[in-house]
Amino acid sequence: MEIKGEDYQVAYDPETATLICEGALRLRGASGYEDIVKLFNEVADQKPSAITLDLKGLRFLNSSGINALSKFVINVRNKKACELVIRGTNQYPWQGKSLRNFQRLMPALKLELE
Amino acid sequence: MPEIFGDFVEIGEAHEYLVINFSPNSMPIQQRWRNNGLSADFLADYWGTFFPDEGHSTQNRQAEIKSAVSYIANELLENAMKFSNHKSNHAISIGLYLFRESLIFYSTNSLKPKNIEQFKGFIRQLLTEDLDELYIRQLESNADNEDGLSSLGFLTMLNDYEARLAWKFETVQQDPKIVTVTTMATLPV
Repeated sequence: MEIKGEDYQVAYDPETATLICEGALRLRGASGYEDIVKLFNEVADQKPSAITLDLKGLRFLNSSGINALSKFVINVRNKKACELVIRGTNQYPWQGKSLRNFQRLMPALKLELE
Repeated sequence: MPEIFGDFVEIGEAHEYLVINFSPNSMPIQQRWRNNGLSADFLADYWGTFFPDEGHSTQNRQAEIKSAVSYIANELLENAMKFSNHKSNHAISIGLYLFRESLIFYSTNSLKPKNIEQFKGFIRQLLTEDLDELYIRQLESNADNEDGLSSLGFLTMLNDYEARLAWKFETVQQDPKIVTVTTMATLPV
């Protein structure tokens, strides 16, 4: 499963239950993220024992994108069925600033910043 | 008389500044949307020049500043595009001014009359409530709300980037009435 845009790519690898976001996500409002949120929710519905969200290649995320990711984190938290790991990088400073907020939504979330 | 929210300061004399004006109405918003990112990245690259690489620690500082400029400029431009009154023919502008301890953003756009009071109400919340708590509450309530605005742009600037925000509302024309808002975002550098 893969969603591609001019400047970004979102893919799911079912073998490792990993969602991978790359590029720059600056889509317009909640409607711009509909397809991505749909893919995320489909993965959450499958309830794998652990889901990894790999953001190491995501150099930019706008506030509508932060909103879309937080919806996914809250969805996984509320299902109480799987662990959630977010992998990021300090190479992109926004990740160190904004991703920690997701741990406040879901304290059990593992945040790994390289 | 302009109406001020927060510690709004008029644009002063800065050593360095850069202002971009965008003509309104020329294209549908969906087609113009990608230009927000182009402009924000351009501003980030431009201002990166003033924080040059000098060893490892400064390199991090340059990357931090570029990332912050790109994020804040993109959010201000997205807001300006979303909330502009397209009937007004009033240009959207974004300017960045460098001072000794801060980079100050000023973005100006016209407003649709029906959005003005709601916007002021949200600003009052931002200026009076606990921001950390408001941010998490907003994320939780957005999760239950399929449509509508995320209202996260200003909250992330304040919480994640330690920016300070202030606003000035002005009536620039009486008949028909046109109101503009200038958002001032101060980023410590």
